[in-house]
Amino acid sequence: MPGKLKVKIVAGRHLPVMDRASDLTDAFVEVKFGNTTFKTDVYLKSLNPQWNSEWFKFEVDDEDLQDEPLQITVLDHDTYSANDAIGKVYIDIDPLLYSEAATVISGWFPIYDTIHGIRGEINVVVKVDLFNDLNRFRQSSCGVKFFCTTSIPKCYRAVIIHGFVEELVVNEDPEYQWIDRIRTPRASNEARQRLISLMSGELQRKIGLKVLEMRGNAVVGYLQCFDLEGESGLVVRAIGTACTLDKLSSPAAFLPACNSPSKEMKESPLVHPPSHGCRSTHNSPIHTATGSRLTQNFSVSVPTLIYTGMGSGSAGKEGGPFKALLRQQTQSALEQREFPFFTLTAFPPGFLVHVGGVVSARSVKLLDRIHNPDEPETRDAWWAEIRQEIKSHAKALGCHAVVGYSESTSICEEVCILSASGTAAVLNPRFLQDGTVEGCLEQRLEENLPAGCGFCHIPYDELNMPFPAHLTYCYNCRKQKVPDVLFTTIDLPIDATVIGKGCLIQARLCRLKKKAQAEANATAISNLLPFMEYEVHTQLMNKLKLKGMNALFGLRIQITVGENMLMGLASATGVYLAALPTPGGIQIAGKTPNDGSYEQHISHMQKKINDTIAKNKELYEINPPEVSEEIIGSPIPEPRQRSRLLRSQSESSDEVTELDLSHGKKDAFVLEIDDTDAMEDVHSLLTDVPPPSGFYSCNTEIMPGINNWTSEIQMFTSVRVIRLSSLNLTNQALNKNFNDLCENLLKSLYFKLRSMIPCCLCHVNFTVSLPEDELIQVTVTAVAITFDKNQALQTTKTHVEKSLQRASTDNEELLQFPLELCSDSLPSHPFPPAKAVTVEKASPMGEGNFRNRSAPPCANSTVGVVKMTPLSFIPGAKITKYLGIINMFFIRETTSLREEGGVSGFLHAFIAEVFAMVRAHVAALGGNAVVSYIMKQCVFMENPNKNQAQCLINVSGDAVVFVRESELEVVSTQQPTANCQPSCTGGEVTT
Amino acid sequence: MTSELDIFVGNTTLIDEDVYRLWLDGYSVSDAVALRVRSGILEQTGATAAVLQSDTMDHYRTFHMLERLLHAPPKLLHQLIFQIPPSRQALLIERYYAFDEAFVREVLGKKLSKGTKKDLDDISTKTGITLKSCRRQFDNFKRVFKVVEEMRGSLVDNIQQHFLLSDRLARDYAAIVFFANNRFETGKKKLQYLSFGDFAFCAELMIQNWTLGAVDSQVDDMDVDLDKEFLQDLKELKMLVADKDLLDLHKSLVCTALRGKLGVFSEMEANFKNLSRGLVNVAAKLTHNKDVRDLFVDLVEKFVEPCRSDHWPLNDVRLFLNQYSASVHSLDGFRHQALWDRYMGTLRGCLLRLYHD
Repeated sequence: MPGKLKVKIVAGRHLPVMDRASDLTDAFVEVKFGNTTFKTDVYLKSLNPQWNSEWFKFEVDDEDLQDEPLQITVLDHDTYSANDAIGKVYIDIDPLLYSEAATVISGWFPIYDTIHGIRGEINVVVKVDLFNDLNRFRQSSCGVKFFCTTSIPKCYRAVIIHGFVEELVVNEDPEYQWIDRIRTPRASNEARQRLISLMSGELQRKIGLKVLEMRGNAVVGYLQCFDLEGESGLVVRAIGTACTLDKLSSPAAFLPACNSPSKEMKESPLVHPPSHGCRSTHNSPIHTATGSRLTQNFSVSVPTLIYTGMGSGSAGKEGGPFKALLRQQTQSALEQREFPFFTLTAFPPGFLVHVGGVVSARSVKLLDRIHNPDEPETRDAWWAEIRQEIKSHAKALGCHAVVGYSESTSICEEVCILSASGTAAVLNPRFLQDGTVEGCLEQRLEENLPAGCGFCHIPYDELNMPFPAHLTYCYNCRKQKVPDVLFTTIDLPIDATVIGKGCLIQARLCRLKKKAQAEANATAISNLLPFMEYEVHTQLMNKLKLKGMNALFGLRIQITVGENMLMGLASATGVYLAALPTPGGIQIAGKTPNDGSYEQHISHMQKKINDTIAKNKELYEINPPEVSEEIIGSPIPEPRQRSRLLRSQSESSDEVTELDLSHGKKDAFVLEIDDTDAMEDVHSLLTDVPPPSGFYSCNTEIMPGINNWTSEIQMFTSVRVIRLSSLNLTNQALNKNFNDLCENLLKSLYFKLRSMIPCCLCHVNFTVSLPEDELIQVTVTAVAITFDKNQALQTTKTHVEKSLQRASTDNEELLQFPLELCSDSLPSHPFPPAKAVTVEKASPMGEGNFRNRSAPPCANSTVGVVKMTPLSFIPGAKITKYLGIINMFFIRETTSLREEGGVSGFLHAFIAEVFAMVRAHVAALGGNAVVSYIMKQCVFMENPNKNQAQCLINVSGDAVVFVRESELEVVSTQQPTANCQPSCTGGEVTT
Repeated sequence: MTSELDIFVGNTTLIDEDVYRLWLDGYSVSDAVALRVRSGILEQTGATAAVLQSDTMDHYRTFHMLERLLHAPPKLLHQLIFQIPPSRQALLIERYYAFDEAFVREVLGKKLSKGTKKDLDDISTKTGITLKSCRRQFDNFKRVFKVVEEMRGSLVDNIQQHFLLSDRLARDYAAIVFFANNRFETGKKKLQYLSFGDFAFCAELMIQNWTLGAVDSQVDDMDVDLDKEFLQDLKELKMLVADKDLLDLHKSLVCTALRGKLGVFSEMEANFKNLSRGLVNVAAKLTHNKDVRDLFVDLVEKFVEPCRSDHWPLNDVRLFLNQYSASVHSLDGFRHQALWDRYMGTLRGCLLRLYHD
């Protein structure tokens, strides 16, 4: 019995009127945890009851503490009939279970009812007393920290990055149980909310156990998803990256790393204390001496390896850490891991050595009822299969790891498409484990690694290429071979040298399919998939060329299955990497020769395309320096001779990946418009309108080429559903509709946010679903961040001055690339004068505005502002504390759709309510922001004839405390010498 | 391809001031879109009509959701659903409770009842303000009235506290509540030249001096109801005109003091008794509710119009009223000096404000 949960119900406010006669409410509260329930007194006749209850104490196992949510129900007392429920609050107490996070949850929570929405608020205080439990074979994993952020969280450093953890749990969906026929929609919704809450608690606990077995203390890039499989059940699955994190708390460690964040955040949120991560591996307080010796020679993700085949659900139960340990002793590091996958998209410097390209795998499955929820074998086997495929793809690319890894599903009736994708990469094993045998290898890699372009160099063998590709010598260092185009699922590495700005690139595609049942349906889908992948890829490639760019980051391809169609939507951020060759243009060729008008038409099209490319180059400021051998005198220390050790690894694999399909055509870039289809494609290429001036957009964390963010941010979710006219449903019409839908949506966003110009939409995340036959739903979540044009100039100047000093390039055009992110210069630039200006200009202004604006009558506002962002950072601010993950699932249903303003009114209100509940939970934890926020699911179903609608939303993120830089200034002025420190430490890595 | 659903929800609720104004003015979505198109926004932003339509719908939906909260502004501050910066909250409230001059002149002094609400159609036709906007303004008046009518303490403070309005707007509402409660007639033709500001000015003076709150700050309705006792006492002033000696003495005192200082001296001298009778009789009649209602009609009839027809300049009116009030202190036979000052002090202020073309 290692924990005591204490709950106090303080007061309520804005309660709804439950008694029509008196226009008042007699409210009381039930507090439930596990099977124990407490009640407050009834507070008679008030809409603002003051219960001020005693402390309700629950004595519980920590296992339960992790699994169960605290359930608070507000009811209206009725003497003669049953008490009416007003609404509920579910509080996840997990953040109270690890010492560094929140210590108390206290605040106003919206009282939520699945039928009526938010109905007033309740003030609750929750505390947990944990007793130390020395039992090593326990089932709980209290103390393991979870982060949704897909990079090493800001105030931590990575001691070891252990690797992939995954788990899934299944259950019957209460909505499809027999009892659902006789219970109210409210009861059914609440059963579902509660079940999912329980399942995610359990899942998190099990993942935590695996992390403990790996001797880690945290999960980074934690992604949890629900598969609503309908009749066949409910699957909750999660993946993440197990790490050993060390909090940067001692002043010595704190200063160099966190003194720079003002700069760090602005220029790139991904920067991590460069050398510290590696250096302190050996004296980490978390890894005791014995611990590190023991871990020396085994693969840390082995628990997964051994048990996945039989269902990883049981992994935690069978093997104690010691047992697992013995088995692992003989295995060597990375190559032996079952799944050398990392859900991270940004890495500590030096971690990423080479990037091979995107690897992805999909499979179509028929859902069957999950008979025994305790044995989720089938689902586990399915994922294991896909992961194997990903792994072999990566191998074929000469890579031993996959980074930026993610998994997703799309379900329609009993067909399910499982997808996984990531970026094949070669990693520096230093971070993966301390004291490995490959020590010397790393050393050499470290020494010879050219910064800024190293990750572009091909990891596969030139003579044994897995697919035909154009290779050239790197335009940066001129020593190694690079491909002509690079696709990845990760964020742009901070040390990458980029020319100009980036932009959001999307490929959109629809394919009709016949309605079919079971196997026939699955087969039809399987047959369509490769073609869709190919076309999506071609579209991406063409659009990239059209933008005059040569690399894609953050690539995410979503394939959605519906009753009678398949939709593909790929989003990525295109950039021009200085290391890769200039992309050639697009040539159009017709197959019907000797037709005058036709040729004229073609030449007309060709001209249009060329014009567009030229225009885009100007728009995105892509002015690569003239390619002449002498000028590329790079400021970066040139590597003498790179070790060829890595090469040999790829030779062992001779597999050919599915991906090669698309690469096959790469060298040509000739569009043959021999039929109307292709003609359509060319047209659609040209219909994409660039964002209005002052706007940029990307789906990565930050926009390459912009580094002077102000503190003004606006996160938003936009949802559109269109109904297709069922008549002329051809592939072309469908494509056009879908394309228009996405383009119009973007246009609307630009218009809505026009007051924020100059501004960039970051982390633009599109999700497509097909809720019904003729309906297409697109959900977009992104954050708009304003940047300062004037500051851009300043930074550019400083930067240019720098580059003038160190390089021979005094080319005018160099002025055009402010974001020449060279690893050796940027993270280490102290910019003392520039920084001071930045800080003074940006933050106090925002603060000042805020203060001025608070007009006297509103000064007594009690609601604190909570920022939300899908990014891992907050511009102009420093995150000082992570309070735990927010993972919330809500259902909202209505039987009076028209009265609530139709579907738009209903969903608008619901999303606003979800935001409100997220903010309230964060505020109650003592936080003032949610970072890495994501709306993972937004399932909307309507039945206008019955005046009904239902929506399920699942969101997650990291609750944090941030401090404005202006407030930090006091600290930094006290230690002026500290400013130069990061430059010294940063320099060590590269020199 | 038709849009079934189209929403945008920001973590910070986006408020477009222009669209808010259109919404408050009661325009339908399509009218608002047309007006926005005319404003040239499409050319400025390069947006399409469809984008504008979607944007307008979205804002209208937001405003519709906010309206419930705007009915009780403190709720807007404490609610958790919409995250709105304080400056924006203040703007939303202030604009929502703002009213049109043309509208308020139609309703001022009328009972805020269902009956009046039915007349809103006519008011809408007459003023050109949309019926929707008329309803909102009327409901605002009524809502504020209901909340503060039986409340203790300063009227302006109460309004400010419960509706979080700016000082200026709260004062206007105090006037509206005061007029509605006392049902002062403001709609007569001869009062048409007066603005809402004129009435609000008078209301403020009357609240300060003539209500219960002027003598005792601890009673209910203190600022809303006139001090009945005071009105009753005003009968005593009648002797100023009934007693012929007193009237003559008063006249001579005023004339002596003003001789040579007034451009319209002879007119004043000739009219003195009429004017004085008028002003004192107004006071004496205030015991009857009906006469209270006609206060402004009487003031205009008995004082403003006679002076205006003789083309008194405003400064002469001021000099006259000052002297007229002050001279009473020298009337030995008159004992109600304090009462006179309480009455005339306010009336002088009102008359000076009402005296214009």
